[in-house]
Amino acid sequence: MWEQIRSNQMRSAFLIGILGALLLVVGYFLGQAFAQNGIVGIIIAAAVWAIMLLIAYFGGDNILLSVSGAKKITPDNNPRLYNVVEEMKIASGLEKMPDVYIIDDPAMNAFATGRSKDKTAVTVTAGLLQNLNRDELQGVVAHEMAHIKNRDVLLMSLAGVLLGTIVILAWYGTRVMFYGGMANRRSSSKGSGGGQAIVLIVAIALMILAPIAAQLLYYAVSRKREYLADASGALYTRYPEGLASALEKLAASTKQLKNANQATAPMYTINPFRKEGRAATDLTSTHPPISERIRILRGMAGASPADYERAYEQVKHQKIIPASALAAAGSVSLRAPSAEKESEADRLARTRETSDMMLRMNKYNIVACSQCGTKYKIPPDYPDKSFACAHCGNTVNIK
Amino acid sequence: MIALWIILGILALLIIIFIAIYNGLVRLRNQVKNAWAQIDVQLKRRFDLIPNLVETVKGYMQHERQTLEAVTQARNIAQKAQSAGAAERGKAEGELTAALSRLLVVAEAYPDLKANQNFLALQEELTSTENKISFSRQYYNDSVLRYNNQTQMFPSNVIAGMMSFKAGEFFQTTAAAEREAPKVSFQPPNQPPK
Repeated sequence: MWEQIRSNQMRSAFLIGILGALLLVVGYFLGQAFAQNGIVGIIIAAAVWAIMLLIAYFGGDNILLSVSGAKKITPDNNPRLYNVVEEMKIASGLEKMPDVYIIDDPAMNAFATGRSKDKTAVTVTAGLLQNLNRDELQGVVAHEMAHIKNRDVLLMSLAGVLLGTIVILAWYGTRVMFYGGMANRRSSSKGSGGGQAIVLIVAIALMILAPIAAQLLYYAVSRKREYLADASGALYTRYPEGLASALEKLAASTKQLKNANQATAPMYTINPFRKEGRAATDLTSTHPPISERIRILRGMAGASPADYERAYEQVKHQKIIPASALAAAGSVSLRAPSAEKESEADRLARTRETSDMMLRMNKYNIVACSQCGTKYKIPPDYPDKSFACAHCGNTVNIK
Repeated sequence: MIALWIILGILALLIIIFIAIYNGLVRLRNQVKNAWAQIDVQLKRRFDLIPNLVETVKGYMQHERQTLEAVTQARNIAQKAQSAGAAERGKAEGELTAALSRLLVVAEAYPDLKANQNFLALQEELTSTENKISFSRQYYNDSVLRYNNQTQMFPSNVIAGMMSFKAGEFFQTTAAAEREAPKVSFQPPNQPPK
């Protein structure tokens, strides 16, 4: 069933092809304009692209994880998160358990990395752990698992590298043209005449338009992958309301993620750069507007891709899932929520659990007084071996 | 001469199609086997967790001997059914799920127990194991559906018949237990199944 969603990859691959062609055209005209040789331009463009691709392919995951300040956790650090990731790994049929990372940031977000199926990772922020109940967390993790399973990470980094190369070439191209290029052009343009002028005009137009076109294409692919990840996530959990209600909480949160940048934006569950009060539905967004995603998820009558398609059509009046995926999937019913109502105590316990985990991961020592049981969180650089308990005066030893 | 080549070409094409369909069937069958192994892992995990849980809970729940015994008994029955087919096994595991969820519901009434760190950790493990069982079952049943479709649809059914690919068996737990399963901890006791 879910393999079928991947047939949509064909269309995304087609868009990548267009991006690649655009890159070659830009290279050709830049070459023509500066060296009177389009082939040289194409070779240079391809070389820049290849180098950036190699960096992204072999270092991309590590760069992303270290830039965002993510820390790897074990099952003991946070059993709930680890279990939820494992549950979704099972539901998606992924063969290998992804690594689980956590970002010490009160903003709520999550992302997936992993170019191949053997080395994948799911990263969530501490804010997410603190504010979401189990069903909601499951929904978010399912969405990320869908990105891994649908190979979106690979696709988006391929597209991102192409986009980056086009932007870089256009940027340098305009600089060279305005500062160095003009002088040469005057002395060498005697023989070439009108033909060269046309090439120049096309090159200038391309350098302005190509990055914009590439960006719009890239954003379109990215938004589409988000919708598809929502559809797959609903199929994994059989409970679209989990993700819908998580998205609602994410949208209501005003905190912005500290360590996100433009390159890493498409990997997150929601756009880390959204500004308050701005309509996010414009063309230059990596993510679809949250309100629409919620409305589609809430409009689902079942959990199959066909149900998502129907709900999507109601909201957007167009189609998104390819017919082959719809034909293969049978009807899939929704499941009941796991917790009926969340109490204040649950929320408190979750906050405590998360903050304790972050403290432990930052090498804090958590000790309890042996007499009255008061808990103390001792920073790693605390100089003494023991201290007097503030409640009962008993001497507490630090291990 | 040309006719011979055409016949040879058609033959080669048929062989290639045969190989492709056969490999596809094998892949699906392996996926089913793999998915079944996943369920197995989770069911075993649950068997291992139960003695611990009963041991932890026993001290707090003096008046719930029946509930505890029901869990232990259901576990024993399910363990015996391990080598049985998917249908019988599903029934036994469904009973165990129901017994466990009853125990966890009753546990809600014991605040001391709810404050016990050991119990909380066990509860998390058990809740998650229940989820993993139902998600692996979900994946298994989807895999079986895909595999069965392939063995019954033309033209792959011809090859499936020739190479004796048997249809897979769905893993169903009893209907009542099924509905109770995800609501492990917060359902009021003795609610009749809808």
